[in-house]
Amino acid sequence: MSAGVGVNLENLWIRFGDFVAVRDANVNINGGDFFSFLGPSGCGKTTILRAVSGFLEPSEGNVLIGGNNMKGIGPNKRPTALIFQNLALFPLMKVWENITFSMEIKGASAKERRKRADELLDMIALSGQGDKLPSELSGGQKQRVAIARALCAEPDVLLLDEPLSALDLKLRQHMRSELREIQKRVGITFIYITHDQGEALTMSDNVAVMRAGVIDQIGDGKTIYNDPNTAFAASFVGENNVFRGTVKKVIGDEVMINTNRSGDLMARISSSNVGKMKEGDDAMLFIRPEAFSLAPLGTQGDHFVTAEVHKEEFEGNVFNIFMEGEGGKEMKVSLPNLGQSFESHKGEPMTLEYDVHNAVALPAGVLATE
Amino acid sequence: MPRFLREYFNRNGVGLGSIMLGLVLFWTIGLIILPQLSMLDFSFRPNLPPPEIGGPKDLYTLENYKYLIFGPEGGSQDYNAVDLKVFYRTLIAAVLVTLFNLMLCYPIAYYLAQTNGNHIRILALMLIIPYWINEILRAFALRIIFGESGVLNNLLVGMGVFDTPFDFIRNDIALYAGLGYAYILLMIFPIYNVIESLDRNQIEAARDMGASWTRIHRRVVIPYAKPGISSGCTMVFMLSAGALAAPQILGGPSSLWFTQLIYQQFNDNSDWPQGAAYAVVLLVTCILLVLALMRVFKVNMGDIGK
Ligand SMILES: Nc1ncnc2c1ncn2[C@@H]1O[C@H](COP(=O)(O)OP(=O)(O)OP(=O)(O)O)[C@@H](O)[C@H]1O
Ligand SMILES: [Mg+2]
Repeated sequence: MSAGVGVNLENLWIRFGDFVAVRDANVNINGGDFFSFLGPSGCGKTTILRAVSGFLEPSEGNVLIGGNNMKGIGPNKRPTALIFQNLALFPLMKVWENITFSMEIKGASAKERRKRADELLDMIALSGQGDKLPSELSGGQKQRVAIARALCAEPDVLLLDEPLSALDLKLRQHMRSELREIQKRVGITFIYITHDQGEALTMSDNVAVMRAGVIDQIGDGKTIYNDPNTAFAASFVGENNVFRGTVKKVIGDEVMINTNRSGDLMARISSSNVGKMKEGDDAMLFIRPEAFSLAPLGTQGDHFVTAEVHKEEFEGNVFNIFMEGEGGKEMKVSLPNLGQSFESHKGEPMTLEYDVHNAVALPAGVLATE
Repeated sequence: MPRFLREYFNRNGVGLGSIMLGLVLFWTIGLIILPQLSMLDFSFRPNLPPPEIGGPKDLYTLENYKYLIFGPEGGSQDYNAVDLKVFYRTLIAAVLVTLFNLMLCYPIAYYLAQTNGNHIRILALMLIIPYWINEILRAFALRIIFGESGVLNNLLVGMGVFDTPFDFIRNDIALYAGLGYAYILLMIFPIYNVIESLDRNQIEAARDMGASWTRIHRRVVIPYAKPGISSGCTMVFMLSAGALAAPQILGGPSSLWFTQLIYQQFNDNSDWPQGAAYAVVLLVTCILLVLALMRVFKVNMGDIGK
C-alpha cells in the first residue's frame, strides 16, 4: 500500500469542565489505513474526531498528522476533511458547487471547478446531476455528494463521523462496500467512526474499541473478535456468552475458572492478559454462540456446559438455541445447519461442548449493555 | 367551498374557525384596507369647508399630487423644491438608517444565534427591556444623551476630544442614532430567527474546507439568512421612512422628515386631502422601492414572512 499520511494520538486527554471525554488515548494510525473507532453512543468518538480535524484543542497530549504536531493549527489549515454525521451539505448551493467548494476557496475558475465536479460526479455515479440542489437528491446520493465534496479538497486524511447512520439497512450495506472501494482507489487514510461493530469489522484494517472515553483495544477485526482485551471489548464486539467466576488454577496460558453456574470450565487467557490472572481473581469467561457444538446429554467435564433450552429459532444456515444463561440473561448457541437432526425441547436440558481455544478468559470488568 | 377553506374548517371546527376568520377579515378589511382606501379617496379630492363636501365642487382632482411636484399654483418656483427635497432626503436617510442598522444587527444576530450559554439570554433581555419604555420617552432620553450639555458631550469635552460641545442634534446624528436604535429589534430578530436554524455543521464544514470567516459569511450564512435580512430591512426601512416621533424630537431645526410635512398638512393646515396625497406618495414610493430591491436581490415575497 502506498505510504499515505499517518495520524498519531499521543497521550490525548480531552476534558469539558470536570468531565473527561477522552482519557489518555494513544493511537497510531498508519498512512493509507481504513481505521475505525468503535464504541457505544457518548463514548467520545466524535470528540476524538473533532480533535483530529482541529475543531477542538486537546486538554493534554498531541495530535500528529504525517508526523507534524497540529497544536495551534486551525481546522481550515489541516490536511483533513471531515464528513459530518448529518453531512452538512450547503442547501443553497448546487451539487457541483457543493463538491468544489474547496476549490472555490483556492480561487479556481468556474470552468476548472465544473470539470473537476464532473469527474467526481462520474466517480460517485451521479453523472449529470451537478445542477441539482442537495434537497433534490436521495439520502444515498447526498451521502455520495458529501464524500465527493470531502475528496475534492484532496485531504491526506478523510474523517467520517457515522456517515451511514441515517441510511436504511440495505443502502448502508451498499455504501459500506462503496466506501471501502473509494478508499482503496484514492489510497488516503480514512478514519471512520461507528457504533456498529459489523460496519467496523467489515470495512477496517484496524479498529479501536472505545468505552467511556477510554480506548480498550486496538487491532484488526480478527484480533478484536477472537482475542479481546477486556470484558467490554468481548461483549461489545459481536455476540458473546459470559460466564462469571473465580480463577481456580492457571496452567500456562490456559486457566480453569470456577463458574457460578457451570462448575469448573477451562479457557484460554486473552493474550494481553497472560501472566496477569492469578488464582482467586474474579474472572469472566466468554464463549461465542458459534463456538459450541452438541454433546451427548449429561457429559461432564471442563469444557462441557449443560443448560435448559428456552427457545429455538431456525435461521436457515443456523439453528439459534436460546438457553438459560447467567443472571436471567439468555445464552445463545448457533449450530450450523448441516442437515443433522437433533432433539431439543423447550424446558429440557441440553449439553454443549466447546474447544478450550475458543473460550476466552478475561479479568472481570464492565460489560457492554445493549 | 374552495378546498383550502374546507380544510381550514375541518381543522379548526366551524365555530372557532368562523370566529377566527371573522376577526382576521375584520382586521385586514376593517382596520387596514378600508381606512387606506378612504385616505386614497381623500387624496384625490379638493380641500373644501365641511358644507361643500359632497357638493358640486367636490370632484376628483389631481391637484394635491400636483402640489407636491409643482408647488402652489402661480408660485415663484417651477417645482416644489422644499417639499421634494424633504421627500428624497427622507428616503435616502431611511435607506441609510436601514443599512446602518443591518451592519450593526447582523453581527449581533449571528452571535446570539450561534452561541449558547446563559449570557446569551441576558444579552437578549438587555436588548428587549429598553423597549418596555415608550418610544417618546426613549427619544427624549437620547436627546438628553446627545444634547448640548448632555452626557456624551460632557464626556467628550472632558476627555478633550472636543473643545466645545458638538451639536449632535443639528448635525442629525441624534436623529440617525434614534431611528437606528428604535428598530434594532425588528432587524435583529428576523435575522436571528433564520440563523438560529442554520446547522452549525455547515459553518464547520466550510471552515474545514479552508474557508475564511468572510467567505463563510458570504457563501454560507448570508445566503441562508437572506429571508431574515430582507424581512428585517423591509420593516426597518418602512418604519423609519414613516417615523414621526423620532424626527420630531431628535431632528435638527432645519431638517424636516417627510412625515412631519404630512403631519403639518393634517394638523396645522387642516388640509386632509393634501396630507393624504403626501402619505399616499410616501407609501407607494416606499413599496415600489422595496419591490425593486427585492427584485435586484432575488428575494421572494414568501421569504419576507419567514
Ligand atoms: N461541547 C461539549 N461540552 C460538554 N460535554 C460534551 C461536549 N461535547 C461532547 N460532550 C460529552 O462528551 C461525551 C462524548 O461525546 P461524543 O460526541 O464524542 O460522543 P460519541 O461517541 O460521538 O457519541 P455518538 O455515537 O452518540 O455520536 C458525551 O458524554 C458528551 O456529553
Ligand atoms: Mg458522535
